[in-house]
Amino acid sequence: MTASTTKPTEIVLRPSADDYRIAGYAAAAIAITIAEGALPSPLPGVKPGLANIIILVVLLKHGWKDAAWVSLLRVFAAALVGGTFLAPGFFMSLAGAICSLTVLGLSCRLPAAWFGPVSHSVVAAFAHIGGQIVVARLWLVPHDGVFYLLPIFGLAALVFGIVNGLVAGQLMKDDGVATPRSGVQGMQSSSAPTDGMELSK
Amino acid sequence: MNAWLTCLRPGDALTLALAVSLVVTLFATLWSNTRADRAIIRQGGELVAEHSLITERRIEVEGPIGKTVIELAPGRARVVSDPGLRQYCVQQGWLTRVNAVAICAPNQVSLMLAGRGSGNRHDSLNY
Repeated sequence: MTASTTKPTEIVLRPSADDYRIAGYAAAAIAITIAEGALPSPLPGVKPGLANIIILVVLLKHGWKDAAWVSLLRVFAAALVGGTFLAPGFFMSLAGAICSLTVLGLSCRLPAAWFGPVSHSVVAAFAHIGGQIVVARLWLVPHDGVFYLLPIFGLAALVFGIVNGLVAGQLMKDDGVATPRSGVQGMQSSSAPTDGMELSK
Repeated sequence: MNAWLTCLRPGDALTLALAVSLVVTLFATLWSNTRADRAIIRQGGELVAEHSLITERRIEVEGPIGKTVIELAPGRARVVSDPGLRQYCVQQGWLTRVNAVAICAPNQVSLMLAGRGSGNRHDSLNY
């Protein structure tokens, strides 16, 4: 009998500076999402989506890829912490996040000197409710009556989209990053979800 | 306040204008009182049934020449079949607006839609 000399395989994951940065932003976004869940809402599903301020800032400072990471981490982690993972509300949040990320990917191609955080925030907010209402119609409420809520959700997206965009712009200014950039720079570093409101939960 | 407004860029005004017009359009189209929410069915001038247009439902009404079949669905209603010769009421298809009427004259059956604030907006109908 001879003792085996092979060593067990060791896998070491070394987080990069990018990983730490994304994790920090995601933690802030998750904390805001959970805190916001405790706030009373005048209409189920209508929420300010304050976590999207973080995502907008990440979008404008570090680019679309980072913002997408933060946004999706927020959706998954907030659902796990809140106990809604794989529940209907989770899928609605996910649909809203994917739609707003897609729209932000496009809006970032607009000239940055002309379109700032408010534009990004507003279009993403509308995309967010659009994605959520489609999931609601196809899956949760198989009835056109769900569309009667669209005006309210649209109004909330408009108001919260503007407010979140202004706050993000102000934070960027404090950071000294608010100067208009070219469209190419915007492509390299931007885009994430900014739901002015969330329909879910 | 001015400090906040400095975040705005020229194109943002265009985005906001489009967003505002979208919201106004949503209110105008979805919350105007022209969408029907219930169907009123009469036979021989007598009220036979009145149902909300929330769920799907099929209603059969007996008239002097046979059976008229009416179908209700969320937000709309139609006459599916009628024993009348010319089938005008069937060919009208789905009715969606308040005060819309499908009249199956030979069988004396009428289907009318009503809704919030419908009232009697029309003094008469002309064909």
